Amino acid sequence: MTAPRATERAEAERLFTAFLDAGAEPVETDILQPADILLDLYGEDIRARAYVTQDPLRGEMMLRPDFTVPVVQMHMAQNREPARYAYRGEVFRKQDTPTEARASEYLQVGFELFARQNPVEADAEVFALFARLLAPLDLRPVTGDLGIILAAIRGLKTSDRRKAALTRHVWRPRRFRALLDRFSGRTPLPEARARLLDRLASDSPEALIDAAGPFVGLRAPEEVAARARALIEDADTPPISATEAGILDDLLSLEGSAPVALSHLRDITVDLPAIGPAVDRFADRLVALERQGVATGSLPFEASHGRTTLEYYDGFVFSFLADLPGWPPVASGGRYDALTSVLGQGREIPAVGGVIRPALVAALKGGKP
Amino acid sequence: MTLKIGVPSKGRLMDKTFDWFGTRGLIMRRAGTEREYSGAVDGIEGVDLVLLSAGEIPRELAAGRIHLGVTGSDLIRDKLADWPSQVAELARLGFGHADLIIAVPMAWIDVDTLDDLDAAAAAFRATHGHRLRIATKYHRLVRDFLTEQGIADYQLVDSQGATEGTVKNLTAEAIADITSTGETLRANHLKILSDGLVHSSEATLYAARHAEWLVAERQALERIASCLGLEVPVGL
Repeated sequence: MTAPRATERAEAERLFTAFLDAGAEPVETDILQPADILLDLYGEDIRARAYVTQDPLRGEMMLRPDFTVPVVQMHMAQNREPARYAYRGEVFRKQDTPTEARASEYLQVGFELFARQNPVEADAEVFALFARLLAPLDLRPVTGDLGIILAAIRGLKTSDRRKAALTRHVWRPRRFRALLDRFSGRTPLPEARARLLDRLASDSPEALIDAAGPFVGLRAPEEVAARARALIEDADTPPISATEAGILDDLLSLEGSAPVALSHLRDITVDLPAIGPAVDRFADRLVALERQGVATGSLPFEASHGRTTLEYYDGFVFSFLADLPGWPPVASGGRYDALTSVLGQGREIPAVGGVIRPALVAALKGGKP
Repeated sequence: MTLKIGVPSKGRLMDKTFDWFGTRGLIMRRAGTEREYSGAVDGIEGVDLVLLSAGEIPRELAAGRIHLGVTGSDLIRDKLADWPSQVAELARLGFGHADLIIAVPMAWIDVDTLDDLDAAAAAFRATHGHRLRIATKYHRLVRDFLTEQGIADYQLVDSQGATEGTVKNLTAEAIADITSTGETLRANHLKILSDGLVHSSEATLYAARHAEWLVAERQALERIASCLGLEVPVGL
């Protein structure tokens, strides 16, 4: 169920024009992107999904898997704020299982807003713009806020090392679960870890490393010893309390309409005050959304929404779904402040944006392909 | 038309394959000289034997150029995207066992599990400014396994041979490779992660879903299946 190319392109132009009308300046990016920066950001996940090719002079290149990275780089280079950009063009994603809606080459139309002031206003502006453009299609919106989960982790009464480990795996729910279970004592220490800690009680890490065999590889003995010491420290760290672990479980599984979610989050804040500012921001965002004409009374909120996408969203996230079998979201987006600081090498600029897939819009409009 | 069955063209894998079919009444043999890569199947009509490199059999099955093929289950899973949609597993042959595992230096006393590897990778990346490199030739299998396990901050680097040496040569920090006894690993000062078994491979007989299955090929398949005591898979 995909639209013919010409219909897809016409739909892309229509959406692109609507973004320009909303105050965006048009930008173009190369289809061939240097692979190293994307690989460093996304790791093997992107290698599995992107088409990698070889350029005789520039080395490994990728057929543009998305626009966000080149648009952020472009913005960082020109340094004007606030800025709104619109773009449209092909993106390429390898598909391992062939379904019609998951094309490997399709158009994306996107809108990105870079602004230092009033992040919730910016979130609301982007969401409202997408909601307005997609309104005739009767899609199901879903929103989330990774900022609340990240604040909850920061607020746990445990070591910084454990918080860092949990934060790093927010986007990998399975490993996150395994870590939380271990840090909270719900699963026992692995046997080999217990044995190692036993031996570290009587010998130094250096002595054990020497005894283990000849050292090979780039990871130096000091790095091994440092982690061994971190393991000793971790073993002495009391478990995350059952109450706190329970709160986190409760938070991660929270789903409901925005007002219901907000009142639930207010309750959670009593036990985990650290999420207070993030919950306030969520409340402010709802007000801002209402001002932008979005009815938030029935707006669906899922706390874990955005946890399984490529790891760059770290605040407000949203999708618009057609709920047809095998279909990806028709549109999706969110806030990605941390990505700009990685790409800006220290400089960062709060940013929020999203993309629409015109082929899916056209297919829905046409009713049938 | 005839049914084409592809089997490994040399070595123990070929000998064991011939034995396996032979004890079940399907006599396979090389035609002509030791060096000629063609063969024949006696005792059954309408079947052609094609001798191929084990590594090419997955591709030939996927393209439907052979109807049946014997190769390692690791090669099928690594070389074919969504392999169950391309081939049907007919029988595991009980030989050619080898485990695809993840191994790290023995001197990494702090690393025994994938959980440890993941934590070490995070610290390694922070220290060295690049991801922890895992050398392998089984990219799809290893990547899918590590993604499913939620491991981050690693990258795969390609190694088509002598993979155990890459750590000492500083081109990788860890490896993912096939091992049967573990001797080569020990000789290169590497140890297997306790939960680092990616796949237990075994020589397996597959049928190509996209090959041409007309009446003649189907009848040949039924003769083979009854000879081997196998069910003909649905949807072929």
